[in-house]
Amino acid sequence: MRNRYVVRAAIPAIIGVIAVTGCGSNKSSGGGSGSSGSHTVVIGLSAPLTGPLSALGLGMKNSVDLAVKQANQANKVKGWTIKFDPQDDQGDANVGGQVAARLASESNLVGVVGTLNSSVAQQEQKAYNDQNIVMISPANTNPMLTQGPNFATGNKVRPYKSYFRVATTDAIQGPFAAQYLKSQGITKVATVNDQKTYGAGLVQQFEKQWKSQGGTITSHQTINPGDKDFSGVISKIKPTGAQALYYGGEYPEAGPLSKQMKAAGLNIPLMGGDGIYDPTYIKLAGPKSEGDLATSVGAPTDQLSSAQAFVSAYKAAGYKEDFSAYGAYSYDAANVIIDALAKVLPGKSSIDSSVRQAIVAAVQQTDMNGVTGHVSFDQYGDTTNKVLTVYKVKGGAWVPVKTDTFNS
Amino acid sequence: MTQFLQQLTNGVVLGATYGLIALGYTMVYGIIQLINFAHGDIFMLGAFGGLALYNVLPHGMQDQVLIALPLCTLAGIALSVAVAVVMERVAYRPLRNAPRLAPLITAIGVSAMIEEGTRLWYPGAKAPLTFPPLLPSGGFTVGGVRISYASLVVVIVAVVLMIALQAFVLRSRTGRAMRATAQDPDTAKLMGINTDRVIVITFILGAALAAVAGVLNGARLGTVQFNDGFVAGLKAFTAAVLGGIGNITGCVAGGFILGIVEVMAVQYLPNGSGYKDLWAFVVLILVLVFRPTGLFGEEVTVRA
Repeated sequence: MRNRYVVRAAIPAIIGVIAVTGCGSNKSSGGGSGSSGSHTVVIGLSAPLTGPLSALGLGMKNSVDLAVKQANQANKVKGWTIKFDPQDDQGDANVGGQVAARLASESNLVGVVGTLNSSVAQQEQKAYNDQNIVMISPANTNPMLTQGPNFATGNKVRPYKSYFRVATTDAIQGPFAAQYLKSQGITKVATVNDQKTYGAGLVQQFEKQWKSQGGTITSHQTINPGDKDFSGVISKIKPTGAQALYYGGEYPEAGPLSKQMKAAGLNIPLMGGDGIYDPTYIKLAGPKSEGDLATSVGAPTDQLSSAQAFVSAYKAAGYKEDFSAYGAYSYDAANVIIDALAKVLPGKSSIDSSVRQAIVAAVQQTDMNGVTGHVSFDQYGDTTNKVLTVYKVKGGAWVPVKTDTFNS
Repeated sequence: MTQFLQQLTNGVVLGATYGLIALGYTMVYGIIQLINFAHGDIFMLGAFGGLALYNVLPHGMQDQVLIALPLCTLAGIALSVAVAVVMERVAYRPLRNAPRLAPLITAIGVSAMIEEGTRLWYPGAKAPLTFPPLLPSGGFTVGGVRISYASLVVVIVAVVLMIALQAFVLRSRTGRAMRATAQDPDTAKLMGINTDRVIVITFILGAALAAVAGVLNGARLGTVQFNDGFVAGLKAFTAAVLGGIGNITGCVAGGFILGIVEVMAVQYLPNGSGYKDLWAFVVLILVLVFRPTGLFGEEVTVRA
């Protein structure tokens, strides 16, 4: 009897644990108050607000929040108040699926900004597309998301007509990095990727360009997301004579990898994509990360004259976290949706399927000067803005060394 | 050959960490037949305890490896042991006579609570944290094989602790009480052994060893994260089963074998780095197929 009593007491405890761990946050912060609209329309966000990638996700959340607040204050969408509903996808594809199911079932939701991770976007695209909800990612770079699984063979098919992105793809980012390394006189490179959609795709595109321009890949290694000890991989790469290491993945693994490389006497620069372009990378990699490189989409936010207003408004709003690598892009993504709403919603009294379809069509026609440059979409939903920047770690911070438009 | 030896040293360092964590699994299993799935998180807490103390140390002391490392290790041990004692008292002792599945599921629950608790309450733990370089930097080269001082310290500390534990269990009075409790708790009680006290001591020893592993591992790799305990715990559990769970020598051997298999897979198998975990578990399955009790395990008659 005593045991049965204990078990009975344990069940609520276990359910409590599941509730804490399983469901992410259901908090929705009402981003849009202080406006006079009588109807409410919702813009969602799916990004990692907790977990290792939260530095990037929180910057995205704050930036969209800022766009929504400004739109409400200026009464941009006549007769409507925009509400912001940010959801935490934890950078995890499974959680992303739950987030998408939840957001897609909201009757007043018309658009979602997100996701950060390509692998999470893969889980969410369909749910929104089925309901004609616009999804605009400020950060997804895997070409598959807009051009279908066979993009590499030239057979490009757009899988979801409601999915757009304001970030350039790895089909451009990887080759851009390859061109930069070659211009630095490097001929032998080792690659490592984390086997996720983003990392593996980035390395694949990098290697294709690298080989076509006559470079040598000395070693092609993979690791698992969450790995901590890279001594085996580093010892394997060291004798191959690589002059640089190209990494496909994100900073939680890239930082310790760079630190351990240099501690093991492998003193070559690590170069990565936008997934490592974050201050946390430098913190994790330590002082010996000087000279490490990263590419990121677009031009550096604080050097763009068009972004000055955004940067100062963001500072004035007093957000606790930095706007991070994707803040400006998230802000633009939100404004693309808001612009479409301003065209479609006035005069309407409720959101239905035809209204949502009109919004998707309006987004496709976007022709806007955003804070990151001119924003418009091609027939796949990809941005027509193909500017990238190479950053280098100097004095403990990322410093832009080259901004250019990609030409293959 | 140099390459082989280089990877062998990497494997030994990794294996020493696995072995230290695995001791906690194997001792607890040996005594109360509980697979304590929260043990990996006790390892993680050790690293966080060390980190927390480091952050409040005066700046002059932070750079003194000889002062900072022992102090942080002690802080890690204190936190891990405290949580392990509470965990045993609150979560496991009430289930001592319950069917085996109940404490097992409870252990998984405790594991999730420790992980999520750390994530929510430790400042900044939602993202990976930088661990201070508590170990001496640099290294030396022997016959083309580079050995860092950090790795050397990890292996020496681990081996000394393993030998000390073995001596404690075989020579001391408490050690004898532990072995008696493992063999037959009821008879041990009749002989005047306070089995509850013995069990708590077992949890304390396991937690202390895991905490040392946590601090050393954090200092060597330079980063800690709230969910570090999950994979490390799984690997250490595998090491314990590989060597024969309940057997201290076996569990240390299992740790080294697992560490070495992992790095050799990276070096010599196609796409080995991506599949290194797979090879670790393949070895486990092979051993269990041919020696179900593990490498060093003995046939045990199942108690009623």
